[in-house]
Amino acid sequence: MEGHMSYEEQKKLVFYGLKLLGTITIVEVLVALLARGHLIEGVEFTGFMHYVYMALMAGFSLYKAYFIVYNFMHMAHEVKSLRWSVLLPTLLLVWAIIAFFQEGNSWKERRERVHELHHSAPTGDATGAVDEAPDTYRLPG
Amino acid sequence: MASEAAVLEQTHEQDEHLWEGGKSPFKASYGKLMMWYFLVSDAFTFAGFLIAYGALRFSSETWPLADFVFEKIPFFSHTKAPLVFVTFMTFVLIASSVTMVRAVQEGHRENKNGAVKWLVLTMVGGLIFLSSQAWEWTTLIAKEGVTIHTNPFSRHIDEGTYLSAADLEGMGFTKVEKNVHGTPATYFLPAGAADIEENRYFVKVDHFGNSFAGKEFKAGDSYLITINHDTHMYEPGAYKSASGAVLKEAFGPRAFGALFFFITGFHGFHVFSGVCFLTIVAINTASGIYLRRRNGHEMVEKIGLYWHFVDLVWVFVFLVFYLL
Repeated sequence: MEGHMSYEEQKKLVFYGLKLLGTITIVEVLVALLARGHLIEGVEFTGFMHYVYMALMAGFSLYKAYFIVYNFMHMAHEVKSLRWSVLLPTLLLVWAIIAFFQEGNSWKERRERVHELHHSAPTGDATGAVDEAPDTYRLPG
Repeated sequence: MASEAAVLEQTHEQDEHLWEGGKSPFKASYGKLMMWYFLVSDAFTFAGFLIAYGALRFSSETWPLADFVFEKIPFFSHTKAPLVFVTFMTFVLIASSVTMVRAVQEGHRENKNGAVKWLVLTMVGGLIFLSSQAWEWTTLIAKEGVTIHTNPFSRHIDEGTYLSAADLEGMGFTKVEKNVHGTPATYFLPAGAADIEENRYFVKVDHFGNSFAGKEFKAGDSYLITINHDTHMYEPGAYKSASGAVLKEAFGPRAFGALFFFITGFHGFHVFSGVCFLTIVAINTASGIYLRRRNGHEMVEKIGLYWHFVDLVWVFVFLVFYLL
């Protein structure tokens, strides 16, 4: 197990972990607040920066997950075969995430398409096609 | 020394028969191995929930922003502190993970009292986390009116201006004043419209009584439909959109509440069961039963694996619900 590590070294690793995970969390929250325009007036991550932001957050989280599994759960000290028998099935989730997020996006696109067709039908509302919520009230005249 | 050669021979023999039963090829005990595989299956359950969240969120035109939904902190109800409380909850969980590692380390050294001390501290962390979650849920449900099928949090898709009572009356709306659940309620109906929920327009007032009449907003701005706890009515604020139409705040994506409560609830349930297991393990450790087994308090190690997993899941719950 941890036979090759002295007790003092083990204790050090634990408090190193506390500092590391805590720091990453603070950085994550600060970046999140910055990205939403809470920290600096007028600075907000949109467009391409939003994707950078998402990748950054996912990266931080994956690193935290790696640290917890390898050091707190001692995966680093298990034999290789055990490591793979746990990690390999989990890697299949990468496919699931890509597939289902794409599917979700396609639901949205299809719904928008149906909405568009519905509103531009020639038999539709003579005032012209306007994207409005169904509970819209138009002023008379 | 019985000679190194003999020891090496024995190791060699063990390697040869490693896959023929009788001992673990993974050099881990049965209990630990099964805990690992339970955690793998549990990870898939959580992944299923979180992927469902992602798919539904991708399929929605708008989604409430976490820094608007989670900006409340206890005791200072008027202070806006986006993500502060949930960061605190995350710290509590990280700290309890650290105390758990310490308990496992003391267990390895067969230090019974040390292990008990750190186990109890871990339990305290778990309980603080659960209480914080209880407060968070109470705020969302009892104060803001989020349920598993109604979500008053959303974002504007257009720019516009909130309307006052005089504005609405000037535009031909009919003012209605009546008692609902013994409390006077005021709302506006389009001329000639029936008095049903779909037709009711309200002057926007938030939970603190601040009026929004005349306030402008842009597309993408967050809002919360006010719920009136005396009349039990959601009061969607009336506004004039850029196109000149009079609209009222639409409810946000319906799945938001259900996903939030099911996923954080499922995680909270794991924390709760973790605290129960920790209690049992702490009592057993204190009784000295694990000490007599002379296996380095392996039971503490197994519950440790579970507890770290709960922290691990929170990393991802925190990511998808609060950061993205």
